[in-house]
Amino acid sequence: MTPFIQVDAPLGMIEPLLIVCGVGFLILILDLILPHARKHWTAYVAMAGVAWAFAVTMGQWGESQRGYANMVVLDDLSTLFNLLFLASTFVVILLSEPFLRSERVEQGEYYALILFCTSGMMLLASALDLITLFLGIEVLSISLYILAGYRRDSDASNEAAMKYFLLGAFASAILLYGIALTYGATGTTNLGKIADTLTNAEGVFPAGLLLAGMAMILIGFAFKVALVPFHMWTPDVYEGAPTPITAFMSAGPKAAAFAAFLRTFFVAFGPIHGDWNMLLSVLAALTMTVGNVAAIAQTNVKRMLAYSSIAHSGYVLIGLVAGGNAGGTGAIFYLIAYTAMNLGAFAVVILLEHKSGGGDELRDYAGVGFRYPLIGAALSLFMISLSGIPPTVGFVGKFYLFGAAVQTGHIWLAVIGVLNSAVSIFYYLRLLVLMYMREPGEVLPPIRVPMTIGLALLATAILTLGVGLFPGQWVEAAKQGVRALFS
Amino acid sequence: MTTYTILGVPILTFLTFFPMVGALLILLLPASKPSTVRVSAFAISVITFAASIPLFLLFDSTRHGMQFVEEADWVPGLGIRYHMGVDGISMLLILLTTLLTAVSILSSFSAITSRVKAYMITFLLLETGMIGVFASLDLFLFYIFWEVMLIPMYLLIGVWGGPRRVYAAVKFILYTVAGSLLMLVGILYLYFAHHQATGAYTFDLLQLYDTPLSAQAQLWLFGAFALAFAIKVPMFPFHTWLPDAHVEAPTAGSVILAGVLLKMGVYGFLRFAMPLFPDAALTYTPWIVGLAVIGIIYGALVAMVQRDVKKLVAYSSVSHLGFVMLGIFVWNTQGMAGGILQSINHGLSTGALFLAVGILYERRHTREISEFGGLAATLPWFAAFFMIICLSSIGLPGLNGFIGEFLVLLGAFRAWPDVSMGALTGGMFVSAMAATGVILAAVYLLWMYQRVMFGPITNEKNRVLPDLSRREFWTLAPVILFILWIGVYPNTFLRKLDVSVSELLARAQARTISMQFPDVARSTVVVPAATEGLK
Repeated sequence: MTPFIQVDAPLGMIEPLLIVCGVGFLILILDLILPHARKHWTAYVAMAGVAWAFAVTMGQWGESQRGYANMVVLDDLSTLFNLLFLASTFVVILLSEPFLRSERVEQGEYYALILFCTSGMMLLASALDLITLFLGIEVLSISLYILAGYRRDSDASNEAAMKYFLLGAFASAILLYGIALTYGATGTTNLGKIADTLTNAEGVFPAGLLLAGMAMILIGFAFKVALVPFHMWTPDVYEGAPTPITAFMSAGPKAAAFAAFLRTFFVAFGPIHGDWNMLLSVLAALTMTVGNVAAIAQTNVKRMLAYSSIAHSGYVLIGLVAGGNAGGTGAIFYLIAYTAMNLGAFAVVILLEHKSGGGDELRDYAGVGFRYPLIGAALSLFMISLSGIPPTVGFVGKFYLFGAAVQTGHIWLAVIGVLNSAVSIFYYLRLLVLMYMREPGEVLPPIRVPMTIGLALLATAILTLGVGLFPGQWVEAAKQGVRALFS
Repeated sequence: MTTYTILGVPILTFLTFFPMVGALLILLLPASKPSTVRVSAFAISVITFAASIPLFLLFDSTRHGMQFVEEADWVPGLGIRYHMGVDGISMLLILLTTLLTAVSILSSFSAITSRVKAYMITFLLLETGMIGVFASLDLFLFYIFWEVMLIPMYLLIGVWGGPRRVYAAVKFILYTVAGSLLMLVGILYLYFAHHQATGAYTFDLLQLYDTPLSAQAQLWLFGAFALAFAIKVPMFPFHTWLPDAHVEAPTAGSVILAGVLLKMGVYGFLRFAMPLFPDAALTYTPWIVGLAVIGIIYGALVAMVQRDVKKLVAYSSVSHLGFVMLGIFVWNTQGMAGGILQSINHGLSTGALFLAVGILYERRHTREISEFGGLAATLPWFAAFFMIICLSSIGLPGLNGFIGEFLVLLGAFRAWPDVSMGALTGGMFVSAMAATGVILAAVYLLWMYQRVMFGPITNEKNRVLPDLSRREFWTLAPVILFILWIGVYPNTFLRKLDVSVSELLARAQARTISMQFPDVARSTVVVPAATEGLK
């Protein structure tokens, strides 16, 4: 008889996660020791920690291991996503450092929370069991609730945090209920075993219970990645949260939720593909359309980017609908693409924000293009990429997604996708209209670009253009990640 | 065969990317010295034009297939290749592009006074996109250039345009993007259909030509491609973006828009929509021909009632492009060669008309016909040039427009012999209808010319206008040279088209599965081709 508790805890496979978590705690302690003027050192410690974890994760590429009673997995998919999380966290720290300094808010716990959140994402991407998955989502979410309300003196920030927390807690509860029902139907929470049960015991298990459980899990994910009609929180939270946190939310946590989404639906619910496919395709069409159409009406850049983020979730969902290698590759590549271009766009938003708040209305962008040529060029690049015009990474990403849809016979979804792209061009290029075709309302003061933000801009711009021109290797990496899913 | 290279770079790559490299060089120049920026940009465009001349001279007009071919892997996992090459059609269009770009840049020396550096950079990037579109033989590569080109044009209209420039720019980009995105779905479908049939993933156009497609699939695919191209041409009723874009764009933008961008729609039909989906193209032919004829007459009638010279020229484009579309859809060598030549003629004539309107506008800052009158007395050189340009646009024998329109009408006359419209065959009926467009063109252009140039000087401001400056003279002179050249000896250019056109028709014919290919086309592949008929 096997012992009830196995010693099955290979620390090596979760080393990056441990590093991130450990550095988070280290920062909490450092925060107590450092004098107020030196608080920003915590940012450098956080960056060093993330870079270290990144290096270790790079070393894990190609490795494959399972542990912790089959609840955690290390494979190319988790490694790829971990790299994406760490890179995006690094960029977000770059963006946060000057922001926090100019806003004069305490720093230590900020970076600690970001790191804890990152560890939650990494757990999410490695989860092979619904329980670990839930654990990851909660670690990620709770850190984010606090971060969204980080500007305690701002009403909007508080409102954002409260709203996010209430709705998020509700969604977590639904997700948990869904997990419970699925457990009830299949007798297991392990993703692989759920799939086995569904394949082998067709007809024996209570189908209604399972479908209800799956639907609730879907709702939980839909909330986290902001699918219509579970997207209502996004614009308010994006607008109210401190801008680096908005950037953060749109990058890592979204990709992490998609990673878990992908694993759950491709692996655990893969055998009943037919039951969720149609539903997901309707959600994708709705999400793209509502996101893009609502974005047109926005007058605030952060709200516009929030709706754009909703729309992009819809595009990624096309990959999940298409399924298989092509769909999975498309979805993963698109998440990488979206992270790069969207972080870049937020970097510009942070640069142009006023210290006293404000400066993120669309009209504030009038005349920016000729006044700050480099910033204008960078933002144009990101907008062109977000709207999916070549030769940018956004185009290549859509190309793969729509390609996967056409290949699997979802031509109507591809058509809805391209029509949505056409709609989105209207509001993305409106920023170009403002920047280059309108005169500024008042004289624009010179801007000093902090080195950290400059670095972040440069990196994201190079990725946006470079991967757009030479996507080959990145696609191969995404393919390898998807292969791990099916092995 | 080794490809001709310039500085070690194969010629098509050089032509495509040299303007972009030039734009990067201009980026380094100080914005505080606009004249340096202007001269450098002009020099770059002239070098590009000079570099495109070997393309013409070394082009072997007797050889089948693509020439100056370059191939390299780009994204091998997906079968995306960097594949470039030209046949007679794209070679001439590239030459037109390099010529008009240089002319346009020269014409904007005095017209563009703000943000000169950004303007010149945008213009050169636009040139890269345009040449890339004509040189690409890989559908992915083509699509990239096709889309890339939109942003510079959008900026040209939106930043340096007239009072309603933002509206016009947004309308322009939304119309064109909506069409081209549906084409993207079509491209993807074709790609997977090719894989299904042959097991190979490729975007290579020459291989995709051999993709077997059901008649039903062709109808949809042709629809997706044709919509993108029809918007670009623009065919009636997709033309409504054009007058706005033309009127608001700066002079040079209008020249490029009319001269090159509209030709991309025509080129798209010839290179992609027709040979890839010949059955569907034949099925849709009556519709396209019908719309083309409506466009000819409608454009001309609307042009006639315009009070703004630039708007008049813009609507005349709709009419002229109707001729081009008619020509390429009569499915015989005369018509097709005529249509292609006419699209080059239109680029020259209408480009020059826009230049002339720009010259007037710079002097009076108005384009209302009623503001002018009697200019022939004060501007003798301008009057002479303007006259030649108008006559060329009307299609006077001896000038370029005549050759193109004649060939188109000749081709149309011989087409559809078995369709009867009363006493006439279908072809006779269509060519009779189309010919009214020529008459109407004479009406609106000559009437406009009369009101602007002749009569007594009614407005005192017109009495003191300066005649063409030296720069303006040299802006118009090269275009007029080609107008005369094509008018007097078109064979220089038609000869380059001959093989390409027959090859295109032969390919479409060979691939036709369910439909009867028109008899006319079959016969004209063997009878003396277009050029012979004119010797």
